[in-house]
Amino acid sequence: MPILFVNKERVDVAASVPGDTPLLWILRDNLNLTGTKYGCGMALCGACTVYVDGQPTRSCVTPLSSLKPGVEITTIEGVGTKEAKAVQAAWEKLDVPQCGYCQSGQVMAAAALLAKKKRPTDADIDEAMTGIACRCATYVRIRAAIKEAAKALA
Amino acid sequence: MNPMRMRPRNEAPGDTMSRRVFLKTTAAAGAGLTLGLYLGDALAQASGPGKTVGSATAGTFEPNAFLRIGNDNTVTVVVKHLEMGQGVYTGLPTLIAEELDAAWSQVRVEGAPADASRYNNLLWGPAQGTGGSTAMANSFEQYRQAGAAARAMLVAAAAEQWKVPADSIQVKNGVVFHANGRKASLGELADAAAKQPVPTGVKLKDTKDFVYIGKHVPRTDSKAKSNGTARFTQDVKLPDMLTAVVAHAPRFGQRLQAFDTNSVAGIPGVRYVVEVPTGVAIIATTFWAAKKGRDALKVEWDEASGFRGSSDTMLADYRKLAATPGKAARNDGDAAKAIDGAAKKLEAVFEFPYLAHAAMEPMNCVVKLTADACEIWNGEQFQTGDQMAIAKYTGLKPEQVRLNMLFAGGSFGRRANPASDYVLEAVSIAVALTRAGKPGIPVKLVWTREDDMKGGYYRPMYVHALKAGLDASGNVVGWHHRIVGQSIVAGTAFESMMAKDGIDVTSVEGASTLPYAIPNLAVELHSPKLPVPVLWWRSVGSTHTAYSTETFVDELAAAAGKDPVAFRRAMLAKHPRHLAALELAAQKADWSKPLAPGKAGEKRARGVAVHESFGTVVAQVAEVTVKDNTFRVDRVVCAVDCGIAVNPDIIRAQMEGGIGFGLSAALYGKVTLKDGLVEQSNFHDYPLLRISEMPAIDVHIVPSTEKPSGVGEPGVPVIAPAVANALAAATGKRVRALPLSLA
Repeated sequence: MPILFVNKERVDVAASVPGDTPLLWILRDNLNLTGTKYGCGMALCGACTVYVDGQPTRSCVTPLSSLKPGVEITTIEGVGTKEAKAVQAAWEKLDVPQCGYCQSGQVMAAAALLAKKKRPTDADIDEAMTGIACRCATYVRIRAAIKEAAKALA
Repeated sequence: MNPMRMRPRNEAPGDTMSRRVFLKTTAAAGAGLTLGLYLGDALAQASGPGKTVGSATAGTFEPNAFLRIGNDNTVTVVVKHLEMGQGVYTGLPTLIAEELDAAWSQVRVEGAPADASRYNNLLWGPAQGTGGSTAMANSFEQYRQAGAAARAMLVAAAAEQWKVPADSIQVKNGVVFHANGRKASLGELADAAAKQPVPTGVKLKDTKDFVYIGKHVPRTDSKAKSNGTARFTQDVKLPDMLTAVVAHAPRFGQRLQAFDTNSVAGIPGVRYVVEVPTGVAIIATTFWAAKKGRDALKVEWDEASGFRGSSDTMLADYRKLAATPGKAARNDGDAAKAIDGAAKKLEAVFEFPYLAHAAMEPMNCVVKLTADACEIWNGEQFQTGDQMAIAKYTGLKPEQVRLNMLFAGGSFGRRANPASDYVLEAVSIAVALTRAGKPGIPVKLVWTREDDMKGGYYRPMYVHALKAGLDASGNVVGWHHRIVGQSIVAGTAFESMMAKDGIDVTSVEGASTLPYAIPNLAVELHSPKLPVPVLWWRSVGSTHTAYSTETFVDELAAAAGKDPVAFRRAMLAKHPRHLAALELAAQKADWSKPLAPGKAGEKRARGVAVHESFGTVVAQVAEVTVKDNTFRVDRVVCAVDCGIAVNPDIIRAQMEGGIGFGLSAALYGKVTLKDGLVEQSNFHDYPLLRISEMPAIDVHIVPSTEKPSGVGEPGVPVIAPAVANALAAATGKRVRALPLSLA
């Protein structure tokens, strides 16, 4: 029985869950953690971004069988780093979201960027965020809010 | 278990439903996971719209259909329009808070149920729905009246309690007070206010007294959309709900021939396989199980049926049609004669591909069907149409169809389908299960990205043919514009309203309404019929007419040797709003000053475009850098006139997002068919604009005291022509086919 830690809670995955099940659907359908979104199923849009042992990961192409026992999964519901809090505060302050569907992925990616780079340049932001598509094109505000969050964290 | 066989589609009419249904005989695949202590459920369902309203519980004051005030001092605003990103869950509550003088912090938002008698779109007659950038325009007076009536009743209640004249009472920031020191919250007065007569025609505030309208009011949904708690259709989970994925025909109009239920036998979690009008539904405990079921399903489609057209041949046909006269959409003077006699003549043919809406949330719908009710959870954009269609399909009465309007993860027109396609598909699955003796099971239909991309209802493909003539002084003396493309409204409930004398307004809007003073002007239309389903796509007709008209005007300016802004200005004397937006954009973009040069090997230039859609005028100046055959858009200066700016920051956001959405189409948007098969399937072959390609954007709002018009769409159509004009200025090359390519 594989054991995961999802947002610090222990989850024992029954042997009957097929190993090819993507982490995304375990989170959404089995654990009812619906903040992580399905957008493409091919790691093309980034709406499904979660942390696997701290690394931003596309959960839609991460099969259960690829997860090491005891792996730490962090989703938008459980992310509580100071970077994530600063990002969420900046997202609210600048009213970044429009439809909102991609924003969990945006917030997860932005918080991971700030954990690595305290003062990200525009090029850093492009590199870290280009994988997360926003159909409403809230990109102007995403960029501004990342800088705002960086300022708040400084 | 049935023996393995392909079930012929044309079985005798008496074939039993049970044969069509594959009931999983192994033990129900229940909870796949053993959970420890877990709080995910509570968190995930914590917030978001979708609750049904209308239940005035004890201790609430509900003066009308649009708000209620609780003893807990919350003001709940019932928003009749879909929140799909455009900000309506902030904009309409702002109107009520304004006239009520509520504190913004006490305002809550709820989506309205389907009830066109109370929640119809005032610009759509008796129908309830969201579209055409009408939400603010149709609600501006209505929601303010609702707030003002509530305020009057609260004041009347206070006057009675405090034994003072009503006109000596003030309300500010959610507090009702009198000079004598008496004060009360809205919640404290709710019960007494509920006993007051409902006034009509209450005087609304003077614009100078606005405390919220025109000021910064934060969005009501930003928090939930930043922490994962916003609830979309995709997130709905009902007790015993199953998830359905449908195997669709690969071609439009192609019929199901046979399918083998045994091909999915043994896939854990798959419960039922049923035939529906649109294909074969695999119904399972989870999405992944349903998708694996579909992957495994052996299904045959009738090769003799279905559309087998290809985009390139369709385009060639359209070009031929564009050379023949069409139906007149506008005819001022004698355009042909004027062009014939002109000193200088220009001609251009433009091509526009099919476009997919590609909302981030692929289409989906949750349905629960019982003997006397059908309940739907959906990013519901077209309540009346969907309600009628469901009633007709199920045999229920419209009022037995309940629609819960949830946040939509984008729509761009896709969820407002007169054909109710994916909604009816969800209902058809529930109906098939009911007929198979499995009634009442809640079902969530989930389309994969591929289903969404290949599912049709595209922005139509178009060809435009333009001709114009200039006199010796460089004035446009004649303009002839012919458009070829499928009608969006033909055969829908909107046809009677939006098509006149065979002219679909949505095919020609922006062209037939060309604002420039040209004495001889003709617009013609061909509406060929094809089986590719088409639909409105954010800014509708303007998605193509703004491009052809604004790039052609630019070309004429160049041919006349005139500055593009001055050339337009000279023809806009009778359109002051166009003129003001154009001047503002040009001024803020430093149009009269040269653009900073690029690096070695780079060419930089500006381009301008101005266009009105849905009563809002937008002008944009795009700055581009070209290197060899590649380019990037560096910056866009945008001026918008949408009447009174209710929420300036949301207007800016909609312009920013609209520019990004339009740029995505301009750079990449193209759906093509080959032998009837849609060639695109996901974001690798239908790319979206990314943050690295997003220009810097400056938005300027033209001050206005006119009634507000919409902002969700009008920012979109202007960017492609502005960019194309900048590319022409940089390279001399006129790009006449979208998506844009300099190669």
